[in-house]
Order: sequence, then C-alpha cells, then structure tokens
Amino acid sequence: MTALTPGQRSDASPEGTGPSDALVVDHLDVTYRVRGHDRRAIADVSFRIARGESYGLVGESGSGKSTLAVAVERYLPRNGRVSAGSISVNGRDVLGLDGDALRDLRSKTVSMVYQEPGRALNPSIRVGRQVAEVFEVAGLRRSEALERAEAMLTKVQISDPGSVMRRYPHQISGGMAQRVVVAMALATDPSLLILDEPTTALDATVEAEILDLVAALRTELGSTVLFISHNLAVIAKMCDRVGVLYAGELVEEGPAGDVFDHPRHPYTVGLLRCIPHGGLRKDHGRLDTIPGFLPSPGAARVGCIFAPRCALADDRCRSESPPMSNLGDGRLVSCFHHDKAADLPRSTPVELALLEHPQAPDVVVRLGALSKTFHAHGEDVKALVDIDLELRRGETLGLVGESGSGKTTLARVLLGLIAPDSDSVIELDGGPLASDVRKRGREQLKALQIVFQNPDSALNRRHSVRRIIGRSVRKLAGLSGEALRQRVIELVEAVRMEQRHLLLRPSQLSGGLKQRVAIARAFGGEPRIVVCDEPTSALDVSVQAAILNLLVDLQLAEQVTYLFISHDLRVVGYLSDRIAVLYLGRLMEVGPADIVFSGPHHPYTEALVSSVPSIGEDRRTRIRLSGEIPSAANPPVGCVFHTRCPRRLETGVCETVEPPLVEVAPGHLMRCHIDIDSLRRLQAAEAPLPPAVAASTD
Amino acid sequence: MATYFLKRLGLSLITLWLLSLVVFYAGQVLPGNPGRFILGPLAAQSAVLALDHQLGVDRPLWVQYWSWISHFVQGNMGISYEYQTAVRPFIASAVEQSLKLAAVAFVIVVPLGIVGGVVAALKVGRPLDRIISISGLSGSTLPEFVSGIVLVAIFSVFFHLLPSTATSPPGASFVTQLDHLLLPAIPLVLVLFGYISRMARAGTIEALDSDYARTATLKGLPRSIVIFRHVLRNSLLPTITVIATQLGYLIGGLVVVETLFNYQGIGRLVYNAVTAKDFPMLEAGVLTIGVVYVLATLLADVAYSFLNPRIRLGGAE
Amino acid sequence: MIPLSERSDPIIPTAELRALETAGVQSPRTVWQQLLRSPTFLVGAFILLFWIVCAIFGNSIAPDDPLAQQLLSVNAHPSGAHLFGTDQLGRDVLSRVIVGAHDILIIAVSATLLGTVLGTVLGLVMGYFGGAVDAIVGRLVETLLALPLIIVSVLFILALGPSVPTLVIVIGFVFAPLIARTVRAAVLGERELDYVAAARLRGDSSLHIMFVEILPNVLSPILVEFTVRIGYAIFTVATLSFLGLGPPPPTPDWGADISANYDVISLYWWETLFPALAIASLVIAVNLIADSVESVLAQ
Repeated sequence: MTALTPGQRSDASPEGTGPSDALVVDHLDVTYRVRGHDRRAIADVSFRIARGESYGLVGESGSGKSTLAVAVERYLPRNGRVSAGSISVNGRDVLGLDGDALRDLRSKTVSMVYQEPGRALNPSIRVGRQVAEVFEVAGLRRSEALERAEAMLTKVQISDPGSVMRRYPHQISGGMAQRVVVAMALATDPSLLILDEPTTALDATVEAEILDLVAALRTELGSTVLFISHNLAVIAKMCDRVGVLYAGELVEEGPAGDVFDHPRHPYTVGLLRCIPHGGLRKDHGRLDTIPGFLPSPGAARVGCIFAPRCALADDRCRSESPPMSNLGDGRLVSCFHHDKAADLPRSTPVELALLEHPQAPDVVVRLGALSKTFHAHGEDVKALVDIDLELRRGETLGLVGESGSGKTTLARVLLGLIAPDSDSVIELDGGPLASDVRKRGREQLKALQIVFQNPDSALNRRHSVRRIIGRSVRKLAGLSGEALRQRVIELVEAVRMEQRHLLLRPSQLSGGLKQRVAIARAFGGEPRIVVCDEPTSALDVSVQAAILNLLVDLQLAEQVTYLFISHDLRVVGYLSDRIAVLYLGRLMEVGPADIVFSGPHHPYTEALVSSVPSIGEDRRTRIRLSGEIPSAANPPVGCVFHTRCPRRLETGVCETVEPPLVEVAPGHLMRCHIDIDSLRRLQAAEAPLPPAVAASTD
Repeated sequence: MATYFLKRLGLSLITLWLLSLVVFYAGQVLPGNPGRFILGPLAAQSAVLALDHQLGVDRPLWVQYWSWISHFVQGNMGISYEYQTAVRPFIASAVEQSLKLAAVAFVIVVPLGIVGGVVAALKVGRPLDRIISISGLSGSTLPEFVSGIVLVAIFSVFFHLLPSTATSPPGASFVTQLDHLLLPAIPLVLVLFGYISRMARAGTIEALDSDYARTATLKGLPRSIVIFRHVLRNSLLPTITVIATQLGYLIGGLVVVETLFNYQGIGRLVYNAVTAKDFPMLEAGVLTIGVVYVLATLLADVAYSFLNPRIRLGGAE
Repeated sequence: MIPLSERSDPIIPTAELRALETAGVQSPRTVWQQLLRSPTFLVGAFILLFWIVCAIFGNSIAPDDPLAQQLLSVNAHPSGAHLFGTDQLGRDVLSRVIVGAHDILIIAVSATLLGTVLGTVLGLVMGYFGGAVDAIVGRLVETLLALPLIIVSVLFILALGPSVPTLVIVIGFVFAPLIARTVRAAVLGERELDYVAAARLRGDSSLHIMFVEILPNVLSPILVEFTVRIGYAIFTVATLSFLGLGPPPPTPDWGADISANYDVISLYWWETLFPALAIASLVIAVNLIADSVESVLAQ
C-alpha cells in the first residue's frame, strides 16, 4: 500500500469507463431475509453523483436510506443482500470486489460518518490512537500516523488536539466526538464521503457547527458527499442535488433548490407542507398532513407505491408503475401527474377556529425560585437555578434549550417525579402542589399529565390499548363499568383512532398511532395542564404534522395548557404562544413567541434561531458560537453564557456579574446585561464574530 | 479510582461480617450437643453438662460469637471437637490442597472457556455456536460425580492411564502431582467451561454488534485486527468478574470431587465436619471458604475497574 | 445473484431491517410453533417426556419390583433377564433406574418453581425500589452467594432431616437469590422506561406497578432462567443424594445408588454406569430445551 500525501487520491481511474462520476447506483435492489421471507428494502433505485458534488438523499423511516448507505460499503447485515443492479465507485464495481480490494475501498476510497458519534468510538482505546489507525491502515508507521492524526484534529477545529488525542471517548463531548469521527473519515481524503444522519443526535448549535465544518472541508478537499437525512432543511443547506426516497423507491430527483421550491412529486409536496417553515404559526392555520401510512417494508407493490396516500391518484396510478420521467435540467420524477403536483389538494383543512384569548388568562401553575441540585460523585450539579415561571390557562408555553439546559428536569419536577430543592415553590391554582407525586391527591394528579417523547417506552408493551387508556380513566376520572367503556371510546375517537385499535398491543401499532394512544391516555382524566416532552421528535415528519394538529385541536376543545418542550425550534415556534429559553438551568428569556423568535432577543436565542437551517427562506447570517456547552457541575462565573457569547460586553461585567431576569418589555423578560434597545440595534446589523477561543475551557 | 477501591473494600468487609454471623448461626442450628457427641449417648447428663461448660457452649450466644470471631481474626480457629487438636493446621493444609486443584482446573478452563465463547460468538447462530453453547450448558449442569465416575471408569479402570486418587505420595515431584490432579480437575473444568464461555460469548456478540466495531471495519482494518484489537478488549472485561465468582462455585464442587478422588481438600474437610458435628472445624472451614470467595471477587472488581477506562479515569467533563 | 457481502459475524441492523424484524408480534402461538420446529427442542422434549412417563408410571413399566432383593442373583451381569444387571442386593438395576426418575424430577421441578417464585418477588422488590432496600437486601444476597451452594444445602438438610419436602424447600430457597439477581437486572432496565413513570402519575401503587406493569415485561428472562435452573436443580439433587442427603433408602435414587456402588465399579460397572447415564441424559435433555427456549425468545 502506498503512503499518502495530502491532496493526492489513491484511486486509479479504470480503463474504459468515464471516470467523471464518483458513485453510480444502477437499478439497485436490496433484499432482506426475515423469518424465512424475502423483503425488498430498496427497489430499482438508480442515481449518480459526479465528482465533487454533494448529493442529498431524503427519506423517512422505511425509505431504505440507511440500507443504501451501508450497501455502498458492502456492509449489509448478514441477512441482507443485493438482489439486482450494481454499485460503482469511481467506475469500479463495488459488488465484485474481493476481500483485499474491499478493505482497500473502505480505507481509502469511501468513508462513512453516522449517528451517535460517542458510540462510534471504541471506549477502551484512546482517541488519538483510533484516528492514527486510519493512517496506519494506509501504510504509515505509528509515529508518522500519530502526527498526521494530530494535524487532522486541528483541521476539524479541535483546539488543543494533543490533549484530546490522549483522552478516552467518554471524556469528550458529543460534538467533539463527531469532529473526531469526521477527522477519521476525511483523513485519507476519500473520493466519496457518506454521511448518514450525522447531526441528528446533536444539539442545534453544535449541529450547525458540524455542518459548517463539513461544508468547509468539502470545499477545501473537493470531496464528493452523499448526505442522507430525514431533515429536508439540512439537505437543502448542504447539498447541490437531492433525491427523494419513498418506501425504497426514488420518486424525485433534481437540484436541491429547485426540488424544494418547485416539487413535482405529490410526496415531496406533501412532505414540504408538513413542516412549519417560514415562521408559520398555528394562528395561520393547520399543518397539512399526508394521509394513510407508510407501506410496511417489503410489502407487495402494484402500481405507484405512493398511490394509496395520494390525492391525485387515479386507476392508472393504482395499476401501473410510473416510469421515471426526465423533465429536463436534471429533474427526474416518477409520477403520472407531476404537472399537477404543486396543486395537490390539502388533506387537512387549513382553517382553525381559534378562540379569542382573554387579555390576561388565569395563571394555572406558578413556579417560584425553583431549583434542583443533583449530588453525584461528590459534585453538585445545578440542573435548575431559580426558575420563575407561570403557565396560563389555554396557552402553550414552549420550552427550548439544548442538552444540559434542564428542560427535562423542569418537566419532571413539575410532575412530581423528581423532588426540587427545598425553597422551591410549585403552585397549582394558587394552592401548593406536593413535590412528590405519591403525595398528590387525585384532583391534582388528574390536572397535570404528560405525553412522553418515545412512544415505545411510554406504553406498556404487554397491555392492550384498551387497558392502557382504561386504567388512566379509572384512576384519574374515577369511572368504572359502562361509564368507563364509553369514555374510552370517546377518547379513542378524539385522537382519530378506530375502535378496533383497542384490542391491539403497542407492538402492532405504528409510531404515530402509539403516540395517539399516549395522548389519549394523558387526556383520560380531563387534565388542565399537559406537559409535552418532545412528543414528535421520534416520529417521521409526515406523522409529526398530524400529531401536532391533534394537539392543537385538543387544546382548543378542552382549554388545556401545554408546556411544550422541544429542541426543534420550528415546531416550537409553530405551536407556542409564549416561549421560555433555558441555558444551563437558568431562564435566559421568556416572552411572546413571535418576539422571542424574531427579536430583539437574547444573544443565545439569537444564536439558536440562526443555527436552524431553513428551506428557501432568506438565508440569515449565522451567529457562530465557539466552544462547547459548559458542564453544569462547573458553570462559568457571571453570566453563564458569557464563554460562548458573541456579544459579550467589553466592560467585563458579563464575566463577573450574573445578570438578573428583568422585564424589558411587557410580558418579555430577559437575562442579559445588554439593554433591549442596544440589542435591537446590534441585531439589525451585521452578525458578530465568535468570541476569542481562549475564553473556552476545553 | 482510590475511592472506588475503598468503597468496594468496605462493602467486602461488611459482607464478610454478615457471613460470619450466618455461619455462626447455622452452626448453632445443627442439632447435636457437642458434649453429648464427644462423650457418647451413654454418658451421664451431669458429665455432659460439665463438658458443655468446659467447652463454653452454655454461654450466651453473642458471647460465644464474639469470642469466636475475635479469635478467628487473630488466627486462632479453636479446637476441633472431633480431633481434639487445633483446627488451624487442618484448614491451612486443606486450603492449600484445594487451591492446587483449583489452580490446575483454572489453568485449563480459563483459556478454553474464553476461546470457546469467542469462537461461538464469531459463528453465532451456526452449528458450531449451538454445539459450544449446549456443551457448555450441559457440562455445567452435569454433576461432577457423574463425569468424575465416567472419567475414572475410562481413564483409570479400563485404560490405566491416570491415577484414580488425587493425593500423590509424599515428596512427589511436580509432574507426578500434576498427574494425580489432572483427572479430578476435569469435572471441574466441565462445570466452569459453561459459565465462562457463556459470558465470553455474550460479551463478544455485544462488542461485535457495536458501532465501534462497525467503525473499525469500515476503516478498512482486516477482520483479525478488528477482533483482537477492538472487540476482545471490550468483550472480555465482564468475563473477568465471572471468572472470580466461579471460584465460589468451584469450592462447592470440590466437596464431591475431593470425596470421589480421596483428596484432603477444604470441601471434604467441611463436609466431614458437618457430618461429625464438629462445630469449630465447620465454622472455621466455611468462613475460610467465604473469605477466599470475597477476596477473589474484590480482586476481580479491582481488576475490572482498572482495565475499564470509564471507571479508572472518571466521567466526561 | 450477487454473492453475500464479506463478513460472517454479527452486524448492526439498518433501520429498515430493524423495522422488518419488529413488524409482527410474537404471540405465544408463534413461540410454540417455532419451538416445535427446532430440532434441539424436539430431542430434548422427547427425552424429558420419556423420563416423565417413567416418573409417573414407573411402577407399572418396570420389569421387576425395584425394592425386591433377589439374593440368588446378586451382582449379575446385564442379560436377557436383567437388561441392566442387578446390584449388590440383587435388585434389578433397570427397574431402579426407571422408578428413580420419580423423586428426582418431582424435587427438581418443585424446587425450581419455589425458587423462581421467591426469586421473582425478591428481584422485583430489589430492582424496583433500589436505594437502601436494594443495597441491604443485595448485601444479604451477596453474602449467601459467597457460601458454596452445596455446603449450605448440606447444612440445612442435616439440620432438618433429609426428605422430599426438605429438599424442595432447601434447594428452592438456595436458588431464589440466584434467580433474584437475573430478575433484578431485568427490572432495573424496565424501571427507567416511561410507562412506569406514567403509572406513577396515575397514582398507581408500587405493588401494582411491580406486579401488573413490570412483571409481564420480564417474563421472558424469567422463563429462560426457569428452564436453565431446572438443569441445576437436577444437578443439586443428584449431588446431594450422592452425598447421602437425598430421599432416604430404600427408595430408588440415582445418586444414592451410584454412591453405594461406586467402590465396586471396577468389577460391577453397570451398577454405577446406568444410573449415571440416566442423570446425564436427563440433564442434557433439559439443557437442550433451555437452549432452544432461549434462542426462540431472544428474537
């Protein structure tokens, strides 16, 4: 094996074939053998990626996108196989390679970065050694490999790479781990870099930085990128061209901007309509949804795969499979009615009968001086510090924050699952609420319920739906017998499920249906406040919209207050009346949703909002934060955000004095030393540079 | 890491203390009056009471306990009812013998078990895996006396290959001693193989299925390096703890093997003490076994925490 | 058809494969169907069934009365009259082997059942409550486990007198901590799931949560543990009877018979070999069943 020099690729262009394409996938079929049956996960997919191009593959669960990623590296699970078609990288057929050639391909030509960076690294080997290994495989000696490894870490903007090299993976943060993985992937300057949901597990600000990094490195090295994600906005930001995968088939392809601005396949149209973008808020109307369900993987296909869910489908669609039509300018679509796609009728009516909010609705829950300190390993971790918050009847309070912000802890303290520190005040309807759920009476339990993030974990797998909802009604509403039965039916219909679902167990339901059951359960006792803890994060985009609509409808019908927690700012913006921003356990800002989002707002909120990639909107200049989120065990002195704040004051007050939470405008509170007018002025102007790196402590 | 060790040490001491209580109490549960036992059923009641008093068994229980445990800790294990001499030399020699036998068994079974488990994991679901798993399971539930007898029948009686007793003549060379210990070690090996290979298999499968194994393979590393450098390091960590706890199980198995092969080890000693109602010997023997087990577990814990970087170096920043 | 990809070791499934594998529920009926298709299960079940028949109908099947001493044909070689020969008291070995299945199976199964029930309750309590309860009880369990099982059993059986009920109780109690460990580990995993929190938020009591919510979800590992433990129970009963602590003579008992006739093994090997093989076959049968149950439930 030849040693590498930077900038020199080791792949040779084979004789004959035109080597202009980094990846060619031709009529690919991938089949899995499950329980004695063959199930096709990818059906007749063809696309190519030219050298230096960035191609995005968009799809929801079951679309086949992760299968495609591993197929390119010939890393399918044991019971998977390529049953038809071919895959070529730089003109070489991947599927016919023998053991040595395959290893060569993996080490030098194709690299992959996937989700959960922490788990991608071996916990028992030091980070530096793992990065150096990549160079050793390419033939370098150990000492040289270590040098090159350190250089690579600098290239991915890790400060103090020498120290990071000596650490073990559990000693570095998620964002840093992903940088390490990116370093390993780009170390040998591969012809093709595959990214499979690389930032899904990361916080918003960290995600934005990793994406910026990948984009910068790509420009520098000229690598070809295959970017796989369910997040259309990320794809729009990072990719030149995009392909839309649905149930194992490629339904549309074209330049990214063009496809997202003018989609030509009903599925793409539907998908785009599901996402609350462009600052869409619930006042403006319901989100559109895609009716029906994703076909079960490997189901038999007759006609167009999307026909069962398509409002434009006719008999021809149901009996004939549409061919891939070339619309010119690189646009490909697999649909008989692509010319009418943009006018796809809505499946959900837009109008929403919003009630008039009284000017100052009653306060139902009040949190005062709420703090929670955890004691672990001899350290005090302040998960929540001095939170003052009110929840008002019928409104939705959105709670945003990244990891370590304390938002989950806040929800659990409110519900009584975690005991807060002693001087904390929690009041329900003006009266004290026991801090331990076991001490709460039925009236209080009824009033406060939750919808959890993960429906698989939130429902008892061994109980039927009827039992799950019924138990909640029995314990909270105190009903039994016929009244109980009636109420269960009412609830099931309220969440748009059918009575036949009552007999099923959670494992027989899809993610969306399971979450509906969880919602029905939460509403069993006619609650007044429902905490929604990332209720749609584990769901596909098309399902998410339906659940959000359901939540809004229920709120209107029952006058329920929501505490809506999410890391997805668009969704929070859509649903919330007011928004609270948490950072390291402290409230940074609380105020009406539109103002908190569009400004003038806290510098952290500003950075958060600007880190969310958007489709087709005015590309706002990105506020870049430097450094990592500090550990809650060792928060910075003064304003906890000062170490990363790009608008830190010259006077040094940010580093020494913690600003109080003050009302800067009616109903708008902020914790910042900069006054609101200066902020308004500054935020209308240019984006500032990130602060000097020396201030951060990693 | 030092705090971890001290914590584990503290817990071990508590376990040992509880153990001593249980052992002492169990010794009192056994029916049988020592005085009566020594003097026989025909002796006069007054003589029995006098002997009881002399032996100190008519004192309150907690006084007896305190006297016993404080002596034990200083090395005085009391006087055997049966032999009327100090208990300690019996126990010391018996422990030494048993450890020799255990060592032979361990030297064979640990590498065998680990290799078996790893191979089973590498070929998971295939016939070789099922064979290894089932043999392991069967071996560990097949009573030692059954396998022992079959082995004696084959190797000693029919083929005269190996001696049927484990005790070698005094002054025998190392090789001769080994020769005698080989046959009795095999039933032990069969029992332990199941546990160790099971643990190694489970650990290796988990490691093979991990994201970091995927990363290593996709780096282009040859499979042997992926297995030896990346997978085994993580998969064998839990196996260490199992190996130590097997020591406790082993000692239980020694009773049968030592009886079968006529070997003066601690298992046989304790069993004899039970049937002879020799309380001091019994209590000292069982407590010694317990001490060995707790020490072994502690050592395994420490080794594990040392080898696992997450514990050795503490958490993320 | 393009050949399979390179590796033959386990690999992480893709999201699609995971979806395929979890689609469709494992009903008890499918579990049975899969078991009946597994050769290991069938072989094990067949052997076990044979011994169960012997245990129930032993006295009717056996050619001779297992207790009858035929002093004229002592230590007879296996022959047409006595397929397995006779022992030192002239008793037919085959009959003793057949009838001997009764006690060992009854004791092993009952003891395992007892141990499983106790261990499950203990494991549920320890796993669910955690904290001080877990620490204290856990310490006690660890202590008991430090003592070799055989020694503990020996101690208590001597104290209480050997008999079938005593054996069942002692072995059951000795197994309980081991089973509790497995159950506790499974419960710890379940406890963190959100449906437990949801139950608390409904006001369900701890008792309800442990037995109605969590228990159904840990039945799978309990079942596997149960089948595996039966093997160990047979092991323990056989060993104890070998040591003279089993059901008292003259009841036909495999372990006791082996112990009694071991010293003449070089002359009259059949008196020891056949009971030993009986034990071995039963143990292997139970293990085959345990292994197939485990692999079916693991899917």
